[in-house]
Amino acid sequence: MKRRVHPVVGVAAIVTLVLLYAPLLAVAVLSVNSARYGSVWKGFTLKWYRQLLANEDVLAAGENTLILAVASTAIATVLGTLLALGLARAPWPKWARRLLDFMVYLPLVTPDILFAGALVVAFALLRALSGAFQPGLLTMIIGHVTFQIAFVALVVGSRLASLGRQLDEAARDLYATPFYLFRRVTLPLLAPGIVAGAMLAFTLSLDDFVISFFTASPDSTTLPIYIYSSLRRGVSPELYALSTLIVLVTVVLVLSLEALTRYRKE
Amino acid sequence: MSRLMIWYGQLTTRRRLLGQGALLSGGAALWLLAFLVLPLLVMAAIAFMRHGRYGEIEWQFTLGNFRRLLGYGSFGWSADYLLILARSVWVAFVTTLLCVLLAYPLAFFIASRSRGTRYVLLGIVMVPFCTNLVIRAFGWAVLLRHDMPLARLAQWLGLLPDGMGIYPGPLAVYLGMVSSELPFAVLPLYVSVERLDWSLIEAAQDLYASRTRVFAHAILPQTLPGLLAATILTFIPAMGAFVVPDLLGGAKYMLVGNLIQQQFGPGRDLPFGAAVSLALLVLTLAGLFLLRGHGKEGSAVDAA
Repeated sequence: MKRRVHPVVGVAAIVTLVLLYAPLLAVAVLSVNSARYGSVWKGFTLKWYRQLLANEDVLAAGENTLILAVASTAIATVLGTLLALGLARAPWPKWARRLLDFMVYLPLVTPDILFAGALVVAFALLRALSGAFQPGLLTMIIGHVTFQIAFVALVVGSRLASLGRQLDEAARDLYATPFYLFRRVTLPLLAPGIVAGAMLAFTLSLDDFVISFFTASPDSTTLPIYIYSSLRRGVSPELYALSTLIVLVTVVLVLSLEALTRYRKE
Repeated sequence: MSRLMIWYGQLTTRRRLLGQGALLSGGAALWLLAFLVLPLLVMAAIAFMRHGRYGEIEWQFTLGNFRRLLGYGSFGWSADYLLILARSVWVAFVTTLLCVLLAYPLAFFIASRSRGTRYVLLGIVMVPFCTNLVIRAFGWAVLLRHDMPLARLAQWLGLLPDGMGIYPGPLAVYLGMVSSELPFAVLPLYVSVERLDWSLIEAAQDLYASRTRVFAHAILPQTLPGLLAATILTFIPAMGAFVVPDLLGGAKYMLVGNLIQQQFGPGRDLPFGAAVSLALLVLTLAGLFLLRGHGKEGSAVDAA
């Protein structure tokens, strides 16, 4: 229902939206500005994008980012879905349920830096004990999976909760075996939730900086780390192009995630 | 033999169900235990250890890290670290306040639109949230540079010396933090605002209540759950922020997050870093406690 609002509210709302988008727009505009330094507009150009795609470091970082995201999403989706299933479909005693819920919520409420610090400590200890777990892609994957599991479990769990018991009981009444029930009834209904969880985990991995930063090695740089280190050295217009590209990719992913969850609204 | 029970249409025993549950959840639970819970506990323990000469950890109990934090360094007492902690609390508090102040009008604005527009507006609010924090901080750094229009305007108005930009500086940090935390504040607040019972507000207006009273007595109590969730979701990340102050604050403007990063990164002083992390945790919990004390509504967070 449309309501009349005080004009101050409208103005404040617009100011807020400007605040949210100003930095992104500035970067996007500068990425097509043909001036190398400064803020003067010298004409539209795509040459920074071309230079970017020829930059070996960027391509390597991009590759790492993708490998990391795909691998961690795959592991986290499987583990997170199983976690949600086990959590919802077994009669846990109260203390166990509370403990498990606590463990699932922990990554969500811990500030990134505490979590990253804990990982540094954990890997330092594992290195002392076994000699493996050097900083690199492996430690990064482990770090990402750890916080992704929580998100996947949350998304899948809420979908599971909305399914209810009737379908299971109806299928059992019709002599379905538990395996058949799972394969033909539960899983297809759960699929949208699993996909949504996976996409969420994927986006989170792509955007993650803090955890990657603390678990990375010099040759397992990801795009966010690359941008961060480049910023400290000095800005080149390629960075604008890179940032704009990343933002566009993320926007596309998020919008398709929105479309997906909207379609399956039951 | 265990008692039989009916569970989701199946005739099984409690023991078998729990066994299945453990099999399903076990992998993830073990993973979380190994890479999340245990490391946090170990980190808490390390805060009480000594830092060795070559960067290793000496396993003897000491309170040295905390004393150092409180200022008792080797060169006499200095309040440097305490300053950083205090600054972090202040910045987080101001950020949360500003976010809530901006989120309320936005939430009302969105709630006052038609159904379709609402989803679009919410999407518009969420999109920047899903982009990379580093890129957003970068964007602010660019916007607030000394040669960009905003800084030029401030220079012309005499607010800034010539040649200096708004970035790097405290204002830039505040702008960056508020803009990155806003979506966290808007969403829970919007959920509460959408559920408002407007009849109460109209009743207050009918009784000639001033706008402030209408807000304080009709709107605020109803949106308390959302407000609480918004403050919590804004305060926690703001306390642990490190990217924004690092990129926008310049070398001299340090927050707790930067301090911790130094210890775990180039500084290689894990015990001290762990001690600072513990301090961060304690401060965050204390801050949350104080904030919650202003709106005691039991299961408020669950409602939002």
